[in-house]
Amino acid sequence: MSVFVHRDTRVILQGFTGQHATFHAQESMQNGTNVVGGVTPGKGGMTHLGRPVFDTVDQAVQETGAEVSGIFVPAPFAADAIMEALEAGIRVIVVIADGVPVQDMVRVKRYAADKHAVIIGPNTPGIITPGACKVGIMPSHIYRAGRIGVVSRSGTLNYETVQQMTELGLGQSTCVGIGGDPVNGADFVTVLRAFEEDPDTDAVVMIGEIGGPQEVDAARWARENMHKPLVGFVAGVSAPPGRRMGHAGAIIAGQSDTADAKMDLMEELGVHVVRNPALIGATAHRVFS
Amino acid sequence: MNIHEYQAKELLREYGVRVPPGRVAHTVDNAATAAEELGGERWVVKAQIHAGGRGKGGGIRVAGSIDEVRHCADQLIGRHLVTPQTGAAGRLVQRVLVERACRIHKEFYLGLVIDRGTQRITVIASEAGGMDIEEVAARHPGRIVREAVDPAVGLMDFQCRKIAAKIGLTGRQIPEATKLMQALYRCFRDNDALLAEINPLAVVDEGQLMALDAKMSFDGNALYRREQITAMRDFDEEDPKEVEATGHGLNYIALDGDVGCIVNGAGLAMATMDAISFHGGKPANFLDVGGGASPEKVENAFRIVLQDPSVRIILVNIFAGINRCDWIAEGLVQAMRDLKIGVPIVVRLAGTNVDAGRAILAASAFPFIMADNLDDAATRVMATLRAAPA
Repeated sequence: MSVFVHRDTRVILQGFTGQHATFHAQESMQNGTNVVGGVTPGKGGMTHLGRPVFDTVDQAVQETGAEVSGIFVPAPFAADAIMEALEAGIRVIVVIADGVPVQDMVRVKRYAADKHAVIIGPNTPGIITPGACKVGIMPSHIYRAGRIGVVSRSGTLNYETVQQMTELGLGQSTCVGIGGDPVNGADFVTVLRAFEEDPDTDAVVMIGEIGGPQEVDAARWARENMHKPLVGFVAGVSAPPGRRMGHAGAIIAGQSDTADAKMDLMEELGVHVVRNPALIGATAHRVFS
Repeated sequence: MNIHEYQAKELLREYGVRVPPGRVAHTVDNAATAAEELGGERWVVKAQIHAGGRGKGGGIRVAGSIDEVRHCADQLIGRHLVTPQTGAAGRLVQRVLVERACRIHKEFYLGLVIDRGTQRITVIASEAGGMDIEEVAARHPGRIVREAVDPAVGLMDFQCRKIAAKIGLTGRQIPEATKLMQALYRCFRDNDALLAEINPLAVVDEGQLMALDAKMSFDGNALYRREQITAMRDFDEEDPKEVEATGHGLNYIALDGDVGCIVNGAGLAMATMDAISFHGGKPANFLDVGGGASPEKVENAFRIVLQDPSVRIILVNIFAGINRCDWIAEGLVQAMRDLKIGVPIVVRLAGTNVDAGRAILAASAFPFIMADNLDDAATRVMATLRAAPA
């Protein structure tokens, strides 16, 4: 199976006719993704990349039966686009936009509370089930189909991890970037739970970073609920406290918030912790074989 | 984005939070005039810099006469104030806030944050006012009250009353605190704040509640819709290299090592610094070139990293997704040509158009040190540093 997105998943893109959406829609279609259409307000009725364009998500869902949406609209419009997708009954919403105001996401999460959808992001490279479905901006060629799940906050560190794994022959079931923002959709626990329930995932690699309690919360959850082995890394050992390291959420706020402190706690909770980011793949290889 | 105390107080006053009568002064004469106009017998002269810990650094002084106000202002304006948060060099004080002093009966802490645990705006309050709230949280977690706000309905009065009662306010102070918390919440919400801290919130003089200090920080991603807040930005409080970097769409943070780093993506940038540290090196900076990096952007990244005289080597680590390795490579060649770079450059390229990128570097006459992967890159950086004369 894999998690969240699969071979037959019907995908639409919001902001479909924009430059990035066009490039990545094309790339993902070449790699097997079932893009069934897209939404650009004002361009309904057109055809783009051989697929229909709609004015609203509601129309797109009615006409195509879309279940998953990739949101490529600029950050100031992202909250509205996510709520539109939620209201239209989209099951998985992948928010690529970087720089969404934090309070917008606070409202989005409240709106999503009773909608039973999974929001991935914002500020995520997206989600990919190699060879089957990609909703995002990651370079498809570094991924290989396999049985290990990968979940990360950072996009490029997701690529780094995957390449290390692929080079050692470790393929991936699904790779998810949950994004680097302080208020975001799916957290590590949501994704770990999906991997735990997925019969085609044997083990999971979790890549965190400084800022917030997510990684340790996830490790605590995994000790109680997860039977599959978990390898973990937290970026930012060399980051100074009080400085925001690029991501809106990546800032050391207190003493228990440093990368080392988080990794120590994760280790105590039974996670196979990697301290050197260059050896994530090698550690996964050792632990999983 | 941070603002000064006096700006935060002006903003809070607009929303109905009571703050002490005060004036900003840029000169000693102005400070004396301000005190005269404010009237009273005692004044507080407060250095206006963004860094915290001003009290510990001598940046907050009490004066009992106009002459003393002059003296205090003279000790602060135009001088560098060192606090636990400024580093040894301190921060230049360009202005002071002169306020009429009040009699303080009791101090509290009141803050609003966006809490990552609840993913909501959350009120934090404590009867331990005036102290470092992190220290209180670590040592006496029971003395901290938290109340998350449901964004669908906003902060409710009953929540304010609950908080007020828990921190020990009584009688008519409870409705007064409710009004104050509501004002603070509106100010926070309407301006896309990330943090608003009143520490201390004090019961003063005849029993009124007053914000004696105020600290606010705002969401940089929302400034496009917050003109009033954007106008409060003080570039003098920011590292000029970081400001220049932001102007080029780069995210740069100066550190104290000697290995310059140019990376795409915040997570990979941190991991690259970590890999260098793991091999015994010290990164000179964090730099994220972001997505869609053009050759010009890459060249600007070099320019900024090289402004730091302690940089002895530069590691370029690019894992292109939305980026393109060939554009990055063109930027590298352009930078070598235009900037006459004297330090060795280690380059690791991966991802989109990697072969084209490597070909561009190989075809150039410049001695790039090529690395195959992250571990190889960190190893080569350290080997090159060891081989070079210090």
